[in-house]
Amino acid sequence: MYKMASELETMTETRKPKMLAENVNVFYGTNHAVKGITLDLHQDEVTALIGPSGCGKSTFLRCLNRMNDTVASCRVEGRITLDGEDIYASRIDVVQLRARVGMVFQKPNPFPKSIYDNVAYGPRIHGLAQTRTDLDEIVSTALEKAGLWNEVKDRLESPGTALSGGQQQRLCIARAIAVNPEVILMDEPCSALDPIATAKVEALIDELKGRYAIAIVTHSMQQAARVSQKTAFFHMGDLVEHGDTTEIFTAPKQERTRDYITGRFG
Amino acid sequence: MSDNAKEIKPTDWHSPEMNARIKRRYRKEKWFKGLGFTAVILAAMFLVTLIGRIAGDGLYGFVQTSIELDIPFEESILGNPREMSKADFEENVRRANMLRIIDASLQGHFPDVKSRRDRRELLRMVSTGARAQIRDMVLANPSLVGTTERVRLLASDDVDQLRKGRIDASEPEANRKVKDKELGWYQKLKEEGRVSLNFHTTFLTSGDSRDPELAGIWGATVGSALTLLVTLAIAFPIGVLTAIYLEEFAPKNRLTDLIEVNINNLAAVPSIVFGLLGLAVFLGVMHLPRSAPLVGGLTLALMTLPTIIIASRASIKAVPPSIRDAARGLGASPMQVVFHHVVPLAMPGILTGTIIGMAQALGETAPLLMIGMVAFIVDIPGGVTDAATALPVQIFLWADSPERAFVEKTSAAILVLLTFLIAMNGLAIWLRQKFEQHW
Repeated sequence: MYKMASELETMTETRKPKMLAENVNVFYGTNHAVKGITLDLHQDEVTALIGPSGCGKSTFLRCLNRMNDTVASCRVEGRITLDGEDIYASRIDVVQLRARVGMVFQKPNPFPKSIYDNVAYGPRIHGLAQTRTDLDEIVSTALEKAGLWNEVKDRLESPGTALSGGQQQRLCIARAIAVNPEVILMDEPCSALDPIATAKVEALIDELKGRYAIAIVTHSMQQAARVSQKTAFFHMGDLVEHGDTTEIFTAPKQERTRDYITGRFG
Repeated sequence: MSDNAKEIKPTDWHSPEMNARIKRRYRKEKWFKGLGFTAVILAAMFLVTLIGRIAGDGLYGFVQTSIELDIPFEESILGNPREMSKADFEENVRRANMLRIIDASLQGHFPDVKSRRDRRELLRMVSTGARAQIRDMVLANPSLVGTTERVRLLASDDVDQLRKGRIDASEPEANRKVKDKELGWYQKLKEEGRVSLNFHTTFLTSGDSRDPELAGIWGATVGSALTLLVTLAIAFPIGVLTAIYLEEFAPKNRLTDLIEVNINNLAAVPSIVFGLLGLAVFLGVMHLPRSAPLVGGLTLALMTLPTIIIASRASIKAVPPSIRDAARGLGASPMQVVFHHVVPLAMPGILTGTIIGMAQALGETAPLLMIGMVAFIVDIPGGVTDAATALPVQIFLWADSPERAFVEKTSAAILVLLTFLIAMNGLAIWLRQKFEQHW
C-alpha cells in the first residue's frame, strides 16, 4: 500500500487523472465496506475493478457518482475529485455530477418508453437540445456510438423494453452517452448477457475508450483482461493491488491477487 | 467422508410407508380443493339469492300503475283561456282545485257512489300527483278547456300494490289496507281496461316524496354525484401526494413510522367516527352548511384518504428500483425521478385504489347521517352547498318508510346504486388495462 501511494504520486506528476479517489472509506451502518481506497481514473483508459463478491468494488463505484447518497445508512469518508474538484463538497450539485459521471447498471434497465425517448430523456432534462432536430441528432449519434443505430433506426418508436437483453444494455449505454458524460461507470454490465451480447458490449467499450474515462466492475477476469488497461483488485474492502492490466494478470505483486486470478479463491 | 457415505441407505421409493405418504398427500389436496369449491358454490348461491330478491322486487319499482279516466276539463273551474289574458289564465289554473275535476270524472265512472265519505275514498285511488298532472296538461294545452279527454293518471300506491299483486284479497277485510269497497271499484276499472302498468320515468327523474308513486331517485343520484366529486377533488390529490411524499421523500424515522402505522389504522376506523369528525370540524367549527354535498364530500374524503394512500404507496413501492437508479444515474432530480418515471408506472395501481376508495365512499351511509344528509329533501340539489341526500341514505330512508310500496322503491334504488358501483369497478379495470398497455 505504501509503495503504491508513492507510485501514484509519480504518475500524477506526469498525467492529471480525470477522477481521483483518496483514502475513501464507506460504511453501511457499522459495516466498514470500503477501507481507505486510493484510486485514479484517466481520460483515455478503461479501469477494471475485480474481486470476489462483497469486496466493495460496486460500493466504491457508486461513490464516484454519489449514487450511495440515496442509501440512508451509507456514510462516505475521504476525498473524491473530478477534474480536481471535490464531488462531495456542498457546492456540488449532485444532479449535474451524475450527468457528468454516467452509469450503466448490472441489469439492463431501459425506461418503459420508446427507444427514442429512452435516449432523449437525459438531453431533455438537462436542456442539451434546443430544437427537435438537435435532439434527433443527439439520439442518432448516441445510438450510433453505442452500435445500436442500424438495429433500431427503423423502430425508434417501439418500446425499449421490447429489445433483447444485449440490445437493452447497449440502449442503456447509448442513454448514458447521450448526456455527453466525462466518465462512465459500468457495474457488471455483462453479467446478465449471453456471450454474443457480451462480445458486442465489450467491443463497444473498446470503441468508447479514449473519449470517456471508463470504470468497469466485472466478475470475469477474462473480460477485465480483454477490455481494460488498468486493473484494480479489491478484497474484503481493501484495494490489494492496482496497476497495468497486463502486469496484474502476468506478474501480480501480491499473493492474494495471484491466488484470485489463478482461481484459488473467490 | 467415505465412511459416512456408506451409512446412507438408498431410499426405497416403493415401500408401503412411501405409498401411504403419497396417498395421504393426495387426500389432503382433494380435501382442500373440495373445501374451496364448496365455498365458491355457497358464495355464488348467496349472490344469486341476493340479486334475485333485489331484482325481483326492484324491477317493480321502475313500473307504476296508472288509471285512465275521462277527465272533463270544465271551464267553470279552469276559466276560459279565450276570455282572459294568458297570465291570468295560468294563474287561475294554478289556483284551481283539480280535485273537483277528478271528483267530477269519478262521478261519471261511478254514478252510484253518493256519500261524501265514499267519494273521498274514491278520490284516494288516484295519486296526489294527478292534480299536478292535470294542471301541467292544461297549462301546456289551454285548448283542452271545455273538452273531455281520456287521461292516464297515476294511481295511488294502494292501487299500485293491488295491481302488482302485493295485496292478498283473500285475507279478512280488517287486516287489509284496501277495503272490499275499493276492491270492487278497482275490479270495475280493471274490467273496463282502464288500469295499466307502465314504465315510470318519474322514478328516475324526480326527487324524494312522501308518496311512493311520486318518489324518485334523481335527487339522491345528483347528491351522490356532487358528494363524490368533492371527495375525489380532495382525496385524490392529497392522497397521491401524501403517498409520494411518504414513499419517496420523507426521511425514514420514528415519526414517519408512526404516521404510517396510523394511516393503516385509520383505514380500519368505523366510518361513523369520520362522520363525528365531520360534524365537529366542518359543521361545529367551520360552520359549513348542513346536509350539503360539500360537507358530505369532505367527510367522505377523510374516510377515503387512507385507502388511496395505502393503495398508492403499494403501487409506488412496486415500481422496480432499477428504473429509479436509471433515472438518477442520468442526473434526474428526485422530483424528476418521481414524476417522470415512478408515478406514471404506479398510475394503474393508484387509479384502481382511488376508484375502489370512491366506490366505498359511494356506498357509505353512516358518516352522512352524522352531518345531516339524512334529511327529507324533495328538490334536486343544484350545487355543492344545497341541501341534498345521497343514494345509500335514500335507500336507508325508504327502507324505513311504513308504506308497502316503498319496499320495491328501496330495491330499485339498490339496483341503481349497484349499477353505479359495477360501472365504477368496470372503469377501474378499464383504466388499469389502458395504462398498462401504454407501456
